Amino acid sequence: MSALRRPVALGMPGRRADVGHAPGGPALAGGASSPLRGEETFPRAAKRELAKPQLRANLAHATSTIRAKRAAVVGEVPDWEALRDAGAAMKAEAMQRLPELLEELERAVTARGGVVHWARDADEANAIVADLVRATGAREVVKVKSMATQEIGLNEYLDEAGIEALETDLAELIVQLAGDTPSHILVPAIHRSRTEIREIFLEHMAGVDPELTDEPRLLAMAARAYLRERFLRAEVAVSGANFAIAETGTLAVVESEGNGRMCLTLPRTLITVMGIEKVLPRAQDLEVYLQLLPRSSTGERMNPYTSMWTGVTPGDGPQEFHLVLLDNGRTAALADEVGRAALHCIRCSACLNVCPVYERTGGHAYGSVYPGPIGAILTPLLTGAVDHDDPNSSLPYASTLCGACYDVCPVKIDIPSILVHLRTRGVDAGRGGVPAPEAVAMKAAGVVMGSPTAFRAAEAASRAVRVLARDGAVSRLPWPGSLWTASRDLPAPPKEPFRAWWARERGASAAEGGK
Amino acid sequence: MRIALMATCLADAMFPSVARATVTVLERLGHEVVFPPGQTCCGQMHVNTGYAREALPLVAHHVDVFEEALTSCDAVVAPSGSCVGSVRHQHATVADGAGRHALAGRATAVAARTYELSELLVDVLGVTDVGAYYPHRVTYHPTCHSLRLLRVGDKPLQLLRAVAGLDLVELPGAEECCGFGGTFAMKNSGTSSAMLEDKMRHIRETGAERCTAGDASCLMHIDGGLRRAARETVRVAGDGAGHGAPRTVHLAEILASTRAGVFA
Repeated sequence: MSALRRPVALGMPGRRADVGHAPGGPALAGGASSPLRGEETFPRAAKRELAKPQLRANLAHATSTIRAKRAAVVGEVPDWEALRDAGAAMKAEAMQRLPELLEELERAVTARGGVVHWARDADEANAIVADLVRATGAREVVKVKSMATQEIGLNEYLDEAGIEALETDLAELIVQLAGDTPSHILVPAIHRSRTEIREIFLEHMAGVDPELTDEPRLLAMAARAYLRERFLRAEVAVSGANFAIAETGTLAVVESEGNGRMCLTLPRTLITVMGIEKVLPRAQDLEVYLQLLPRSSTGERMNPYTSMWTGVTPGDGPQEFHLVLLDNGRTAALADEVGRAALHCIRCSACLNVCPVYERTGGHAYGSVYPGPIGAILTPLLTGAVDHDDPNSSLPYASTLCGACYDVCPVKIDIPSILVHLRTRGVDAGRGGVPAPEAVAMKAAGVVMGSPTAFRAAEAASRAVRVLARDGAVSRLPWPGSLWTASRDLPAPPKEPFRAWWARERGASAAEGGK
Repeated sequence: MRIALMATCLADAMFPSVARATVTVLERLGHEVVFPPGQTCCGQMHVNTGYAREALPLVAHHVDVFEEALTSCDAVVAPSGSCVGSVRHQHATVADGAGRHALAGRATAVAARTYELSELLVDVLGVTDVGAYYPHRVTYHPTCHSLRLLRVGDKPLQLLRAVAGLDLVELPGAEECCGFGGTFAMKNSGTSSAMLEDKMRHIRETGAERCTAGDASCLMHIDGGLRRAARETVRVAGDGAGHGAPRTVHLAEILASTRAGVFA
């Protein structure tokens, strides 16, 4: 990997020539080391994260709490399954009509006094936003929590351009003050305990009360005091969007703390960066998603603040509104017939909270701003990862295919099937060269299992393993068997496989039983 | 009823008593069981690891073998939720993906008559009391593919509740994966082991002597961990310290046990 990495310019992640653009295809996202690509494979990063007992405890506590809340409020909606079906169908429609809906959105936003910008990738989007901020003369911007701007590394880009971007969501603020990276889509500081948060505030928050305790109410008050002044003096705000309505040009942001409402209404200039997949055809469609999203994400019946705005209203709210439509690999993902459903995601994080893998490793192991089950499909789709040297190609294997994510997804993304599809895509892309040991083993196993004669012979040969067994189990095997025996015994093969028993006991009916 | 046994490659090669137990239960209920000897493997490991191309011949072979078996049998049964899940939810997709649409159609027809053991017993044969006797405290782990792919629901529990002498105790966090996940257990060994640790802790909390499930693969994983832990206990605390440590048993083995003899 390191040989392929390019120098970092302007704080922007380097771009690998072989992953930046698929030949002749749509642009892919993410450089060699970017907000969408870590430096290590998932198993390697997971090993490091698994060794942090405090992290494991924080995650287990937080995810089980959110899981229980979600289950309770979803359980009280009698037509939940119908809502999920509607949510899936409307997203599928939006993806099918994406070009036309985006143009309709552009016309509607423009007609209401907004300006629409199109960005193929992170570089273009960052440059557009930086230019817009510079044009206002502002040196600082306040931000509403947004995955799209994290995905493109906007804060780092603005910082290099001499513009300070302040995160105003409490958890994002904690992460930003600590110089950390988020580990969850919705609860970015889920890996931090309140004791740690207190320490971060004391160390990094200017003007904080030195007597601050770790009482949640006092921590929130400290953040509020710190942020309030910044809201009032900010001239520019940057947001993402949960939804955009093509027919009206309306943008929507769903949040809990009211910081979003401050950012969206107080500054003179508002810049919204939105992934192109967030567009919906009709205002009426919000009815479904505003039921699905809060119950799935925070486990609330309704989130405290839903802000919607359409262009510019003279004398009220921002007087300048820019909408940056971001592709960054989405068109490439859309071209994948199986994988495209990943673009239906409404970023609720329900799949993270139920994922047994995420609960053990946390979000940082995924190396991308999109962790958990949705990240394990979305990240490789956006970045086009198939190369074995690409850490993102290990993400589709970061799952036992237990299916818990599919069950809770409010828009019914069949994550397990897409994981298997992406595994297949990676294996097929690796064919032709020198086969990896795994590919050789899989091919050999395929030959053996394809014929009853060969299978019988393999069963007989496996008896040899019995010499390694003690008390009917094998506790130490050479690699790759050591990956199993590191923490588990392997049973010794039995004296007699089932088919031998059957042939001995029921020889006659076996012959009758078929080929 | 005449039933074709899909033993599964794992039970055939590593856990023959699971397949024998399946035969025993069905015969005790008065059904005829046949074992099509041409059967090998459903190809699930290949599909789930990304080797659809290598899985295709296995799928074609499986369809050949069981299509023919179904000309003289009423149903196919397997003592595995995940292998039946593969037959039902993957075979046609693999065939279609390779452009083998006729094979996909045949795979769908075979899948429609293929059942996991608890499905066959409860849904098809309409039985919950199979006349079993198993005098142990048991907890049930609903394996992921039984639970979320096949949606077997409480069928295994209905069967277990009807077993004489059996003390069924609820497993905390039952619906959470044990961490096996096929090649996941090797590729992500550390994460898999962390999940297994929690599953074992929950099993111990129940005080059960046995943890049961409908999949020999998940049980191999759980039992491998329990065995290792018991051995560590003996190593640290001396002989006898591992006594009473829980072990695993397949649902079929419980159902096959009677007062005349415990199957496993």
